[in-house]
Amino acid sequence: MATSTSEAAAEAGHAAEKAGMPQLDFATFPNQIFWLLVTLVVIYFILSRFALPRIASVLAERQGTITGDLAMAEELKQKALEAEEAYNRALAEARAEAQKIVAENKARMQTELDAAIAKADAEIAAKLAESEAAIAEIRKGAVKAVKQVATETAKEVVKVLGFKPDPKLITKAVTERLKGRAQ
Amino acid sequence: MAAEEQSEGLQFHPMEQFTLEPLFGDGPIHWYTPTNATLWMGIAILVIVLLLVIGTRRRAIVPNRTQSIGELAYGFIYTMVEDVAGKEGVKYFPYIMTLFMFIVTANFLGLIPLSFSTTSHIAVTVVMALLVFVTVTLIGFFKHGIGFLKLFWVSSAPLALRPVLAVIELISYFVRPVSHSIRLAGNVMAGHAVIEVFATFGAILAIAPLSLIGIVAMFGMDVLVAFVQAYVFTILTCVYLKDALHPAH
Repeated sequence: MATSTSEAAAEAGHAAEKAGMPQLDFATFPNQIFWLLVTLVVIYFILSRFALPRIASVLAERQGTITGDLAMAEELKQKALEAEEAYNRALAEARAEAQKIVAENKARMQTELDAAIAKADAEIAAKLAESEAAIAEIRKGAVKAVKQVATETAKEVVKVLGFKPDPKLITKAVTERLKGRAQ
Repeated sequence: MAAEEQSEGLQFHPMEQFTLEPLFGDGPIHWYTPTNATLWMGIAILVIVLLLVIGTRRRAIVPNRTQSIGELAYGFIYTMVEDVAGKEGVKYFPYIMTLFMFIVTANFLGLIPLSFSTTSHIAVTVVMALLVFVTVTLIGFFKHGIGFLKLFWVSSAPLALRPVLAVIELISYFVRPVSHSIRLAGNVMAGHAVIEVFATFGAILAIAPLSLIGIVAMFGMDVLVAFVQAYVFTILTCVYLKDALHPAH
């Protein structure tokens, strides 16, 4: 009984020792300090040799890429603007050219048309004169024919009536009659 | 024996998780003995190598997730050093990055169940805080010589008050490593200890669900604390560095 009690007490004491703060167990301090310093030196070595320069270069590279891309975008935008301007200028030029050509053509066609009209007018006038001459001739021919027919007819009529036709008299009469009609 | 256990009730051992044990065998812990602390510091190195070296090996212009995290960590600390300590502080960026990466990795590794939190030990945090303190003080004296003492001479205060303020400033300067280290170790240790206490309450069936909720909530808190404490330690380092580079008030 006594031994068990003392054992229990020893256990309790041990437990109390364990329940105390291990942080204040100075026996472990050299160990922790040693390993901490090793750890810090290793981390510092890794960071300053490998990690930090690499991350810095990646960040700088990214910054450079972004700046470069922005500059390129700006340049391309400028180029697009220039291209648009050139296109507009070309369009305006083409339009002006087209208008010039249209005007030229119009003028040329006008002169050609004028010439053609004048030529046609002249031809028409010539044809008209010709026609008038022809009509006059036809009319003249017609009068002559009428005179002849009338003379013949008159001759026959006179012959039928039993007289001897006097051609001179008949011609004179027909001419006189026709003169009056023809007016 | 059974009755004895009954009478003892719940056994709380919230600090047991912080005990250092040799990795091999059961001998005493010499300064060179590989312990569980050694193991988890090594794992922290591995994680940092995976994240910052293996993760960035493709040097991609468009990064994948691992490279993104590495670049975020880099950018986060770099801007912090530049903003707080100024352009001159950038020279010390690799040291500060080393501290931050170690603390943040060790903190998160400590959140893995059954792991060992190296940053919960005052021995670890005090060494880091003292490294910062000594380095920063040396930088101050090397850069400004005796002019570094202007840090303690508040020129904007009335002349009569200045000696008093100088004493206060001097004390606060020497308290820096203490608060710097205890803040980190204390936060990490407290979080883990509270989780352990909640877990012990889980042995009582009636309040087991409550203890489970408590564990989940505390774990969420600890995830936050793991990052925030690493951030705080780093930014304080930057602030101390700034004081060394520009001691005049």
